[in-house]
This record gives sequence, C-alpha cells and structure tokens, in this order.
Amino acid sequence: MKHFIINQKINKFFNRFFTYLFLIVLSVIILYPLLITVQSAFNVSNLAAFALDTHMKWTLDNFHQLFTQSLYLTWFKNTMLIVILTMVIQVIIVTLAGYTYSRYRFKGRKNGLIFFLIIQMVPTMAALTAFFVLGLIINGLDQYWYLTMVYVGGGIPMNTWLMKGYFDTIPRDLDESARIDGAGHLRILCQINLPLAMPMIAVQALWAFMGPFGDYLLAAFLLRSPENMTVAVGLQQFIANPTNQNVSMFAAGSFLISIPIVILFLFLQRYFKSGLTAGGTKG
Amino acid sequence: MNNHQSKKKDVRKAGLLSLIPGFGQIYNGQILKGLLFLLITAIFLIELVTVGVPAFQGFFTLGTVPIRDHSLFLLVKGTLQLIITFVFLMVVLLSISDARQVAKQQNLFGSVNYSVSSMLKNVWERGFPYLLTFPAYFIMLFVIVFPVLVTLFMAFTNYDFYHIPPTKLIDWVGLKNFTNMFFLSSYRATFVTVLGWTIIWTILATTGQIALGIITAVVTNQKFIVGKRIFRIIFLLPWAIPAFVTIMSFSNMFNDSIGAINQQVLTLVNYLPFVHISDIPWKTDPFWTKTALLMIQTWLGFPYVFVMVTGVLQSIPDDLYEAANIDGANFLQKFTKITLPMILFATAPVFITQYTFNFNNFSIIYLFNSGGPGDVGGGAGSTDILISWIYKLTTGTSPQYAIASAITIVISIIVISISLITFKKTHAFNHEEMM
Repeated sequence: MKHFIINQKINKFFNRFFTYLFLIVLSVIILYPLLITVQSAFNVSNLAAFALDTHMKWTLDNFHQLFTQSLYLTWFKNTMLIVILTMVIQVIIVTLAGYTYSRYRFKGRKNGLIFFLIIQMVPTMAALTAFFVLGLIINGLDQYWYLTMVYVGGGIPMNTWLMKGYFDTIPRDLDESARIDGAGHLRILCQINLPLAMPMIAVQALWAFMGPFGDYLLAAFLLRSPENMTVAVGLQQFIANPTNQNVSMFAAGSFLISIPIVILFLFLQRYFKSGLTAGGTKG
Repeated sequence: MNNHQSKKKDVRKAGLLSLIPGFGQIYNGQILKGLLFLLITAIFLIELVTVGVPAFQGFFTLGTVPIRDHSLFLLVKGTLQLIITFVFLMVVLLSISDARQVAKQQNLFGSVNYSVSSMLKNVWERGFPYLLTFPAYFIMLFVIVFPVLVTLFMAFTNYDFYHIPPTKLIDWVGLKNFTNMFFLSSYRATFVTVLGWTIIWTILATTGQIALGIITAVVTNQKFIVGKRIFRIIFLLPWAIPAFVTIMSFSNMFNDSIGAINQQVLTLVNYLPFVHISDIPWKTDPFWTKTALLMIQTWLGFPYVFVMVTGVLQSIPDDLYEAANIDGANFLQKFTKITLPMILFATAPVFITQYTFNFNNFSIIYLFNSGGPGDVGGGAGSTDILISWIYKLTTGTSPQYAIASAITIVISIIVISISLITFKKTHAFNHEEMM
C-alpha cells in the first residue's frame, strides 16, 4: 500500500512537471515572435536583423516616421471605416437570415442556404477580374462600399448557418407564448430572441470584424490609389522589396493595428464558449 | 357575408394565367396585387428589350469588331443579365404559387383580401421570412454567384495574354482548356506537382493544428494548473492578432541571413550538447520553406481548435471519468475511449471546414515567400498551392485567365464533392429534421 502511494506521488510529480513544461514551452514559442515584432517597433536601430535584441534602446521615432513619412494614419482610418461598415451590415443581415432559417418554414428554405454554402467553396481567385469589371461597370472601383459589399457577401453563408444553429438552441416555447399574448413577428424577434442570442451576435461581430482586417488580396486588388489603401496592403509595401525593407516601420505599424483587435478579442472571448459550441457543434 | 364570391375559381386557370405575373391575381380579384406583379413584369420586359437582348447577343458572340467590342465586358454583362432573368423567373414562380393558393383559399372559405390594408397585412404575415432573407440573397447573388458564373464561363473561352480585350477579341473554345490541362504535357506536369503539394499541405497543416489544439486543450484543462487564465490568453494570441501581421513577421524571421531563426534560435539550440545545426536555407530550399510554412500554419491555426475543444471538454460530465477510474482505466485509455470520441463527435463538421480553409489558404503561401523558391513550370513556384498558382496565372505579366478558370472549376468540383460526402457522413445538414 505504501509503495503504491509513493508510486502515485511520483506519477503526480511527473504529470505536473511535464504539464508545466509543455505550457511554458508553448507560451515561449507563441510569445517569442510577437516580442520580436513589438520590440522592433520600439527599437532605435533599423538594423536589418529581425531578432530579439538584448540591449535595445527605447524610442518612439518609428511611430513618428510612420505618421509623417507614410500614409499610415489614412490607411488606418480606411481600414477602420471598412471593417466597421462590414461588421454592422454583416451582423444585421446574418442575424435576420439566421433567425428566419431557424424559425420559419418557407419555400426554398433548406435548398437555398445549402446551395450558397456549396457555391461559396468555389475559390473566387480566378474571378478577381470579374469583380474588377463589375466594379468598373457599377463605378465601384477604389470605393469602400464596393469592397465592403464583397466582404459582407463572402461572410454570409457560413455565418448564417452558425447563427441558425444558435437560434435553434433557443426554445420555441417562448415564441409560442408570446404569440398567444398577441405579439407580432417583430416583437418576438426583437424582445425575445435577440436578447437571448447576444453571445452569438457578439461572436459574429468579432468574426465580421476580423475577416476584412486580415484580408490582403481583395483590398490590394480593388483599392487602387495609395490614399485609399488598407493597413494590410500598406504594410506589405514596407517589406515587399527584399533589398530595401523598412522593418522598423513595418513593426510599428503592425503593433498599432494589432492593439485594437487584440483588446476586442480578449474582451469578447468569454462569449466564445457558448457561441462556438452551440453554433459549431450542431452544424 | 361574401355571397357575391360564391362562384368557384379554377385553381389551374389561376396558375396558368400567372405565367404572366399579375393576370392570375387579377383573375382572383386581387387587383392591386395583380397590378404590382404586372408592374414588375413590365419593368423586366423593358429592361430585357433595351439592355437584355443586346447583352445576350454580346454574350453569345463575345464581340465581332476589336476595339469597338470589349469581349470581357460583354461576358460580364451577359452574366449579369442571366442573373436578372433568373430573378424574374423566381418572381414568376412566386406569382404562380401565390395565385393557386389564393384561388384554393377562395374555394374553401369564399373570402379574399380586397382592401389595401388587409393585403399589406397578408404580405407582412406571409412574406416576413422572404423580407428578412432578401438582403442576404441579394448580396450573395452578386458577390458569390456572379463571380462563380463568370469563372465558369471564362473556362470555356480563350482569354489569355494573346487575347486581351479590347484590342483582341475573346472567343468560345469549348472544352479546349480542360483537354489542355489534362493532355498538354507542360500544364499537366505543373498541375500534378502543384496538386500533390496542395494535398500534402492541406492534410499536414490542418492535422497539425487540430492535433496541437486538442493536446493543448486537454493539458490546459487539468484542474491543478496555476495561472490557467494567463496561459489561456497567451494561447489565444495567434488567433487574435491579424494573420497578415504574423505571417509577414515570420517571413522576416525566417530570412536566411538576417532572420531570428537562423541568427538566434539555432545559435541557442547549438548550446545544447551534441547538437550542431548550421544555418538552414528557409527561403531558398523548397523542403525547408515547406517545413517553415507547416510550422507557421500550426502556430496560427491551433488556437481556434483549442478554444472549441476546451468548450467541449468542459461539457463532458465528470462521472464518465469517475466510472472509468473505478474500472481502473489509465490516462491513455480515458483519453482514447472517452475524451477523443466526445471531441470528434462534437466538432467533426468544423474540422472539415478547417481542411477546406487550408486547401484555399492563399495568404500564408503568398505572404510568406510568394510561393517560391524556384519554379515548377507554368508560372508556379515550388511551394505554390493551387489557389496561389491561380492567382499568379491571373495577375502575372502573361496572364492565363482561361486556364486559371478551368483549374478553378476542376478543384471546386473536387472540394465540393469531398465536403458534401463528409458533411453527409457527419449528418451536419440533417440534424434539423429531428426538431
């Protein structure tokens, strides 16, 4: 018996040791590259070496340069405008559509959504030209609303599906009793279902926010003039040319653009569990 | 009350009349609704005569005189006209089904909505689901269906750098691009090479991120861990930071001569006894570029799986494990017999979307090393996956739009069939029948 207990203690020790070892090593692997970028943003020298500097000198010059010698502030403003527009429009559309798919039975309901879910798997890479020509025809080239519409459209099928999955988990008895009490369609939607769907709406908002934030391709293709670019396209220019990289300005720009999204992400992450598992596991 | 409505309506007649939307409604006595449908029909007919017919003509000929006729515009306008026509056909179907339903209702109850207010109320009640989904459908038609149609049509043309409108015309060439792709040796060789790497990439990268995500979730979920919240936040960071930022940073770090990996990490590793690794050609050797890409994608992609699996783990009831403990199961048995099946059952459909995501993961390939190093023919670099090859085919100095479209069609068919089969197997589309 005593032998058994000692054995168990050793087991326990090893388990804890390797658990912490794993957690710490993984944390280092995650933090190391991020620290390099953050440090390069505040480091004085624009040495080409992109590594952790052990004796760095703090400075804000890189940011000063970024604001005065490039259009970064304009890019930042553009990105924010596009991203917020996309988020608002997409969340409204997806919430309404997801609710309808969950609560109403109507012609073309099931096939409609599955059709779009399948069709959106076709990569639109080859059709970039089509977007370009359509942009020319409807005068949308170099315009934010056009890019925003493209982002919104791409996000609708999958997110509507997840939204529908979440609404499916909200009991319908509530709707029924409200209907008996004389509530109309809009009241049932706004006063009963929307408040209950808030966690999923928060997750949806975050995803709609992050999608365009990280997009390089469409923005580079549909926004042509430098003063209309987004941060992703602008930053890429700093390091695109291998012989003339501006790593410091790139790092400073990356740091600034990451701050708002990380804060929002950590702020909303408590909703993830309910949003992801309900929407994700059910379909 | 409605005595004057005693005579029966012919349901079939109402439906047939509605082939011209509006007539069926007027036959049913719903004048206002009928006029509304007629108005839509009239607008469509005017559009068809003034814009539509020339658009269809242009679509079939793709232009006859260079400079004057811009083949690409004709193709795009024809596609748009197709979509508009399709939407009108939907209106026709709606009108027929509406006319038949109203006629049936009249025969049963002898009543019909005459007044404006009752009609509006009816539209609100019955049309509510259509009203709410309309914006979604409208945008999807133009942002998702339209480009897919254009890609489909372009695959049957000869649109390449020899045929750039408006100085040259584009022509329909039938299946030539597809036969070229499979029988012309140069394209076939590139296609096979790129497809091979795409499949390896998709499987390894996705499996890597899923495996790391599951392991991390299981390890982090143990009760005794101090500072769990901090670890969880750290593990979320790769997901929270915009991917283009991290990929570009990694691209710098893996630089052969000045990057942190060669300069710092390898130097540190070499302090270990019996280890000596010289500088690794991350950006210039295909094998090492592929290795770097796989490591980066695992780094980028695991947090999503981690968060989801953590959610599942917390929903597994404790008594399952207690029962297993009583039966004397060890850690591995508990993991393979309880934890893993529960995770896979709950999250399989989402894992499938991860595979399709990586199959089309353009950003990492393009932003890390532009698909390089080297060249495997057809304009593709050695780490190009199909999607980034298509991008190069359409944006390079000698664009090959038609071939790129044909490749898109082929890989779409592959991806869609695989997803459909797996979705069917996991019953992702079927659960709602149980409601």
